[in-house]
Formats: sequence, C-alpha cells, structure tokens
Amino acid sequence: MRMWAQSHLCQKPQRAVSVLAAVFVLTFLILSASQPANALPAFARKYGLRCSACHESWPALNNFGLKFRDNGYQLMNDRDSPVWQNPGYWPVTFRITPIWHRVSTPQQVDTYDSTTGAITGSTTQRISSTGFDLSGLDFHTGGILEKNFSFYVLPSSDSTGAFHFESVNARVDNIAGSSWLNVRLGKFELNNLLSEKRTLWLTGNGGIYQTYHFIPVNDGNTFGQMGDNQLGMEYMGHSVDDKTRVSAALLSSNDGSVGLITGANSYSGFFTFDQAFDAGKMGTERVGAYAFVGEAATYYLTSGGVPLAGSGIGNKGFSRVGFYGQFYLGPHFDLNVVTQHGSDNAYFGQGYGSAIASDGNGTATCTTSSGCPPNNTPGTVLPPGSRAPTWNGYTFEARYVYSPQLIFKGVYEAERMSQQATPGTATNLGNINNYSIGYRYNPFMTSRAGFAYFGEFNLFQSANGPLTSSNKASYINTSELLFGIDFDF
Amino acid sequence: MHTNLLKWSLLLSVVVVLCLSGASHAQLTTYQQQQWLHSPAASSHVGNLSGDARAAALPYRRYCVGCHGELGDGNGENAVWMPPPMFQKPRDFQLAIFKCRSTPTGTLPTDQDLFDAITRGFDRTNMPSWNPLTKQERADLVAWIKHFSPRWQTEKPGTPIQIPPEPEITPERVKAGQDVFAKMQCWKCHGAQGMANGPSASTLTDDLSQPIAAFNFTDGSRPKCGDTDRDIYRIFMTGLDGTPMPSFADNIKPEEAWDLVFYLRSLQPHNSFNAKEKQIAKQLGLKPVDTNAPAQ
Repeated sequence: MRMWAQSHLCQKPQRAVSVLAAVFVLTFLILSASQPANALPAFARKYGLRCSACHESWPALNNFGLKFRDNGYQLMNDRDSPVWQNPGYWPVTFRITPIWHRVSTPQQVDTYDSTTGAITGSTTQRISSTGFDLSGLDFHTGGILEKNFSFYVLPSSDSTGAFHFESVNARVDNIAGSSWLNVRLGKFELNNLLSEKRTLWLTGNGGIYQTYHFIPVNDGNTFGQMGDNQLGMEYMGHSVDDKTRVSAALLSSNDGSVGLITGANSYSGFFTFDQAFDAGKMGTERVGAYAFVGEAATYYLTSGGVPLAGSGIGNKGFSRVGFYGQFYLGPHFDLNVVTQHGSDNAYFGQGYGSAIASDGNGTATCTTSSGCPPNNTPGTVLPPGSRAPTWNGYTFEARYVYSPQLIFKGVYEAERMSQQATPGTATNLGNINNYSIGYRYNPFMTSRAGFAYFGEFNLFQSANGPLTSSNKASYINTSELLFGIDFDF
Repeated sequence: MHTNLLKWSLLLSVVVVLCLSGASHAQLTTYQQQQWLHSPAASSHVGNLSGDARAAALPYRRYCVGCHGELGDGNGENAVWMPPPMFQKPRDFQLAIFKCRSTPTGTLPTDQDLFDAITRGFDRTNMPSWNPLTKQERADLVAWIKHFSPRWQTEKPGTPIQIPPEPEITPERVKAGQDVFAKMQCWKCHGAQGMANGPSASTLTDDLSQPIAAFNFTDGSRPKCGDTDRDIYRIFMTGLDGTPMPSFADNIKPEEAWDLVFYLRSLQPHNSFNAKEKQIAKQLGLKPVDTNAPAQ
C-alpha cells in the first residue's frame, strides 16, 4: 500500500503534465481553426478550384486531378496559358508539416562495467522517444510555360534544411494535338497509379510504400526503387477522358542521383498501362499493370581502394513487375492495391551493386573502402550456390472519405522473400509487415490554402532479428505515433 | 478533483474544435435542404440513368461549390476572381437560365443538355470538362443543379428542336451563308471577318449587365456549346439565353442555317471540321461582308 501510494504520488505530476500538454495542443488547434489562412496554393488559385476538386484528400489525386496532371497541369479550357493569368500570379506552393511524434524502436545499446565504466558489450533495448519535430520543407512550383509546355520543379529540404532537387522536369503535352503524345524530360515521379509522392502518410516507415522500395537483406541493388523520383525521359499517352493511360520511360539506373556517379552506361525502363471503367453508383474502377526492368552496374574501378564515381561496369539485370488496382465501392470508400514480383541478379543478391551511395545531392558518401559494399573486381566469382533473390510484395490502402474534409485511412503491406540469394539463409529474412492507420481533417477548404490536422499510427515489422529454433528470423517491431498539422500555401 | 477538471476541460476543448470547424458549413438551413431534396425536381433522367440530387451533395461540395457557391447562385469564393469579359461569372443556378440548350429560347434545358454541359465544360471559362466523373455522378449533379431553382418545379423543359440532316457543302451554300451573315447583321457583333470586332462588340452585356465578348471565329477558339456542325446550327436556332445572342429560329430557314454554318466554318482557322469550307472560300475568293449594305 505504501509502495503504491509512493508510486501513485510519483505518477500524478507526470499525468498532469500529459493532460496539460494535451490541453495545450488542443488550444493551439482551436486557435488555428479559427484563423483563415491567407496564402495561395499554386494550381487551386490559378483555376479557382478547391483542393478537393483534384484531390481525394490532399495530396492524393482523384480521377479529375489525374486527368489534370496527365494533361500537363491544364484544364484544356483555353484559359490555361499564362497570358490569361494576372501578371502577379506566382506558381509556387510551400509545404511543411510540424508534428509531435513518439517513436519506439529496438536498438543495440552498450553495457558498462558498473565500477570502471568501461564498455563491456551490448544489449538490445527498446528506445522510445517523444517530442515536437519538423518535416522537411518543400517548394512546389509547376504549371505551364505556354499552352502544352508544362514544368514541375520541387526543391526539397530535409529536416536540417539541406536542399536537393526532388523533381525537375519539363513536358511537351498534346503533341500534334493528340492526348496520346506527351514527352517529359528530367527528374520525375514514375507513373505509379498509387503515388508515393502524393501519399497521405507522414510517418517514417508508413510515409513510403515498402513495396516500392523493398530490397532484400544484403542486396546491393538500390536502383529498382520505383517510389523514388528517377532521371530520364518519359512518353505518356492517355485517352481524352483519361480512362486509358499508357507510359514508357527510359531511365538512368542511378535511382535519381545526379552527376553520373554510378554506372557509366546503365539504363532501365518503366512501363505502365491502366484502364478505368465506369461502374455506375460504385464509381470509377481502374486496373493496370507495370514493369520496371533494367540493368545496373555491379562493380566499380577503384582508386586507392575507393570506388571511382561514374566507373560502374558489369551491368546485371533486375525487374519489378506487378498490378495496380483502384476500386471505388460507392462514394465514400476506395481500396488501392499494388502487387509486385521482384527479382535481382545473383550479383546484386550477394551485395554487389551500389558501391557508391548517394545522399541525393550527387555527393558520393562511400568514400572509404572499408565503408563500401563488396567491390567485384574483375575475376571475382560469386560464392557457390548463389542465386537470384526473388520476392513478392503486396500493398493495400483503404480510404474512407467521410467528406472532402475528413478522411480515414489504413494501409497494410506485406513483403515476402520467395528465394534468398544464399542457400541456407532463413527463408523469411527481410520479410516486412507494415501497418498504418490514421485520419486527416481539413478544418476549412478553399482554393487559397491547404491546412490539415492529421494523426497516424504505424507499426513496422521486419524479419531481421535473431534466428528462432525453426531457422526463421524473428520480427523486430518499430512503431510510431504521430500528430501534426500539414499546411501549404 | 483536479484531474476531473482537466478531463472536462479536455472534453470541452474537443467539442469547441468540432463546433468551430463545422460552423462554416452551416450555410443552408436544414428545412431548405429537406424541402429541395425531397421535391420531384430533385431528380434527373439521362438516357438510362436516373440522377438523385441527394447523392450529389458530396460531389457538388467537392467539385463545384468553389465557383457556383453553396446556394448555387454563382457567388462561390472564386466568383470575384473571374472578371468579365475575360472570364464569365459562374452560372447562377437559381435563375435557371442556360446558354447551351437543345430547347427553344426561353425554355428550360433538358437533363441531357445539362449533362452534356458538365461533360463538355465551357471553353474560355473556368468550367472544365468533368468527364472523369462517372456518368452516374454527372446525372446526380444535374439533379442537384435543378433543385436550386423553383422553375424546375413549375415548368417542364422545352421540346428539343429538330435539326434536319446536314446537306452537302457546295460553293453556292457557302456564298449563301455569307449572305445570311450579312442579312442578319451578325457582323455587328462578330465583325465583318468574324473577329469579334463589330461596332456593337464593345457594348455587349449579358442579362446581368456584365460585359460579354462576342465569339471570335478566327482565333481558333471552340464554341462553348460544342464544336460540331450540328452544335453550331443549334446555337443559331436556340440562341444563347442570358446573352445578346438571340435565337434566329423565327428569322431564318433551316437550310439557311446550314448555309451559315458552312460560311462560319470558312472563317475559322484550319481544323478537323472545315477543310472543305476553307477550300471553297479560297476558290470563291470571298471578301468580307459589306457592312455598309442596307439591312434586309
């Protein structure tokens, strides 16, 4: 009893702090809700359409928004050209998301000798940290230079303020007056029907689609990440009503890194096709398929043991193929599905490949031989029995749109290895389960600014833990709870 | 006690947040909404589809309300940013006056007319084509549009005009079309060469006294109510209600209307519709109409 009393007394101040923190946050939200924003999102203010016209919930596009994008950010109503705009119009939108989050993840922690203070070893310990935080800052600028000449430039910073070019591309639209002829050049998002760059999620692991980024454990191929913006040239065509869409892109196999820092002559291709069907009161149903196939370098010339940028050779193949589905089940509910079968050459499976990593700015971060992945110098042979790693991935994202201002969302992703590169490896090593649930609420909706409260919870499970008795890798859980505001203007 | 107070404060804060966020959308009274939504007018029939206004509340709010407004009066938040004549003010659904109809002037359009307008959009305005929406959604929106005006409860749509089959294009018809253009004094607004620079052009206003521009046949613009020959014919015979463009149904015969279509095609830049008309006009060496000739 006494111990309980002491414990209770100790907890009371903590609880009071928690409640006060909640009241503080709510008070802030109330104040925010009662003050209209004054600034202007780029496309909405140009056309006077509310965010909801193009976005199921910003930034995810609905079918109308998809058509607008496919037309090169044009409504095709003879008022698209900049000459119709007020000269003061500035096609720029800023976006940043202040958040509070709690991250819980197991980490290796040093253990100490209690008398000498010397490190004696390490142990796995779950570390939970909470606090207010910021995401990076995005400067979206896009639109058209003249009718049927569109552009998109997105300088984006990480949370420290270090900038890189997330997107830089120009597009010639409706060549010869045909919606089937559009060509884009630069760095751009691949034509993924379920867009990762327009994801509704902001947690660390939930903010990307694992299916778009999956890499087997110890695999050296970082070039097949279809969720990353890529450098290249894209042909895209669509029917006038955008029900039928097709695209083919020729890409440098460098995962969007600038400066030719990887392979000297390695390219890949990304191909998509999708078709929408009018399903009456159910809505518009869309199905499609994609293929991401290519080659990338597996080894590099070295200088002093350090790989030389741009010297990648020994190209080997990889592929990612799968299906898309976007199914509306009435006016409020939709389900997005992405499947994938992935395969990497055995060399990648053994860790050869991305010897020169990049931080996205074209700067090589692998500067010492000891810190680099294995370098397959000429004459090196693969370990006996090496084989191509293969896997299957599934993403299911469900959305319940209560109104254009309030959306509830959930994601389940599963990545399953079907063949490990090295025989005898735990069959499930690298498997992933990823769960996210959340909501997003816009207290107001105009064509002048975007503002949303959001909350998310993500549970990320990866089979990278110690082996179990059945030679399976145990799952390591990482979770994140996140609340914040997302605004653009 | 202290903890309870904090809990109640928390609960109160949540209630206040929800009330504040909902307040801005309480523009229509529940009574008005129910009255409208349960009236027979709050439905539409487009082909085999039946539209239900109640199903369109969400799409209207998502896609339309920014321009047309919660009350459908064309006073959405963006209306002030559409200065005429460069842009047209959003349609006021409460007036139930529509430009693009298949029905005679002064009558209500058919559901199909409204459906086609939503599907096609209006060039040279901020109204885009909404064909990415499902047909059912568009039919529901037609029903929703109708519930804004009591006209739909007291009047029936007009009977669509009959459009005779398009005759063969001949040099005589193109020349005859030019004569109709002169006789009906189309040039007063549209200009002698169809460049929207006639002597009356700068004075034109719509029924709301807003400046409005005549259609320029020479700059490649597409007519608002469709760009096929039948669409252009229909405009002559139904007029564009709410604008200075009258119906000529009582002034010209059907064959004359076709002649006029062919002549106006010859004024347009080359497009997928007018190769033959352009060729004939070139062979004829057509000169602009004589604006000094007496009206007939």
